[in-house]
Amino acid sequence: MTAQSYNFAYLNEQTKRMIRRAILKAVAIPGYQVPFASREMPMPYGWGTGGVQVTAAILTPDDTLKVIDQGADDTTNAVSIRKFFEKTAGVPTTERTGEASIIQTRHRIPEKALRDDQIIVFQVPIPEPLRFLEPRETETRKMHALEEYGVMHVKLYEDIARYGQIATTYAYPAKVGDRYVFDPSPIPKFDNPKLDDCPALQLFGAGREKRIYAVPPHTKVKSLDFEDHPFEVQRWDEPCAICGSRESFLDEIVTDDKGSRMFVCSDTDYCAERQRAGARP
Amino acid sequence: MSPLLSAQGIGKTYGTRTGCRDISFELHAGEVLAIVGESGSGKTTLLRCLSGHIEPTVGRVSYRMRDGRVLCLTDMSEAERRLLMRTDWGFVHQDAREGLRMGVSAGANVGERLMAVGARHYGNIRAAAEDWLARVEIPGERVDDSPWAYSGGMRQRLQIARNLVTEPRLVFMDEPTGGLDVSVQARLLDLIRGLVRRLNLAAIVVTHDLAVARLLSSRMMVMQQGQVIETGLTDQVLEDPQAPYTQLLVSSVLQV
Repeated sequence: MTAQSYNFAYLNEQTKRMIRRAILKAVAIPGYQVPFASREMPMPYGWGTGGVQVTAAILTPDDTLKVIDQGADDTTNAVSIRKFFEKTAGVPTTERTGEASIIQTRHRIPEKALRDDQIIVFQVPIPEPLRFLEPRETETRKMHALEEYGVMHVKLYEDIARYGQIATTYAYPAKVGDRYVFDPSPIPKFDNPKLDDCPALQLFGAGREKRIYAVPPHTKVKSLDFEDHPFEVQRWDEPCAICGSRESFLDEIVTDDKGSRMFVCSDTDYCAERQRAGARP
Repeated sequence: MSPLLSAQGIGKTYGTRTGCRDISFELHAGEVLAIVGESGSGKTTLLRCLSGHIEPTVGRVSYRMRDGRVLCLTDMSEAERRLLMRTDWGFVHQDAREGLRMGVSAGANVGERLMAVGARHYGNIRAAAEDWLARVEIPGERVDDSPWAYSGGMRQRLQIARNLVTEPRLVFMDEPTGGLDVSVQARLLDLIRGLVRRLNLAAIVVTHDLAVARLLSSRMMVMQQGQVIETGLTDQVLEDPQAPYTQLLVSSVLQV
């Protein structure tokens, strides 16, 4: 059911044009944060207003939309955004990664490899990777402009000095196309290798911070590290308790108040597809 | 050999007020110049003009790069200037909190400049940090401590280590011993003097303390109301001050 009183995908056409211009610029300069006039959306900041605006700007009636939150299709944020576009754009939605043409995500990149006819839209809370080290926006812009990224390694150094390893596990900074260091949004560092040379277009929208950035298809994305402490992703000792996968990112789920817990795939579609194919632990 | 740094007719005005005016001098490699004067005499303004933190209203500051080119600070691109500040120059602030990154450990503070110029080997960076902490007499086991856990004197020494790790040729110091107690001051001065000699550093030291000037510098400039009123070899100026203000300054040092 489409709410006829809204323009297609909620935003008016002028706003969508403005956002598309920002997206084009972002694609032209991989990893560069393009400022845009972020609109008030009918949901609170922090719920994906940046991602929603990017999705609204690129959505066409022929698209099929998938929305995930922490890898799952049935969590609050995913359900409400999916309903939002069902209502305002009337586009078909899906939970299957392979059937979607646009995937809006919070916190994860699907386990199933993306294709060149898909676009993935990330919801970003804090787009500036240098922010915690340098609070001044004027200074961080200058640092990006002059490629002064030594301070990013100060953060990683501090991790190793304190914890004996690089303890940053999400929003792990990476360099796009050998030029801009960017924050790949709060995805686990497990997903960082998927950013590299990805055939799909990757768009990032930060609503509160009013920034859009992009990783165009087949762009090099290198996670920052030290020569003697190379970048590594998380590993688990046990497989998914439902589908038995040893390759996917696992969530730890507490099952009662006596300390029982299980590890299951965070990507619910990936897990369900494996179960349909007969995979068992 | 041409001078390392030369200033020609430096002047800085803030609206109608004068920060400093018509200041010219040359500084050669390995030479330590002290700028003394009372509060508000324009010492710090001059230092900030020389070190590229602010742009002088008139005049030129030129610097001989490592490759021998002599460049005017204002002609350099911002990228070049910032690189110069991070590698070939050091800046020691009076308040160590300004010059340090207080949120990260001492080791990271020392290592930052190395990482900024491309060091990507954790072990080597850490070894360099420990080496420099030892040189400024900070025990190695404090390498992972936050500067907040350091005393004032240690913070100041940490700041010096952080600046010297890239082996700069020129260091600017703004009241490096300000706010420290006398015994700590003496040790710090001793340390700075040793490092300056050993590394053949050139330095410009701003201070209102004539003892600091006497101990560290070979030449000095006396400033009053934004102008240089006397200049010469440190011993000469202190033993035989010519300008009335300098005479007053020298005679007002407390003799204990």
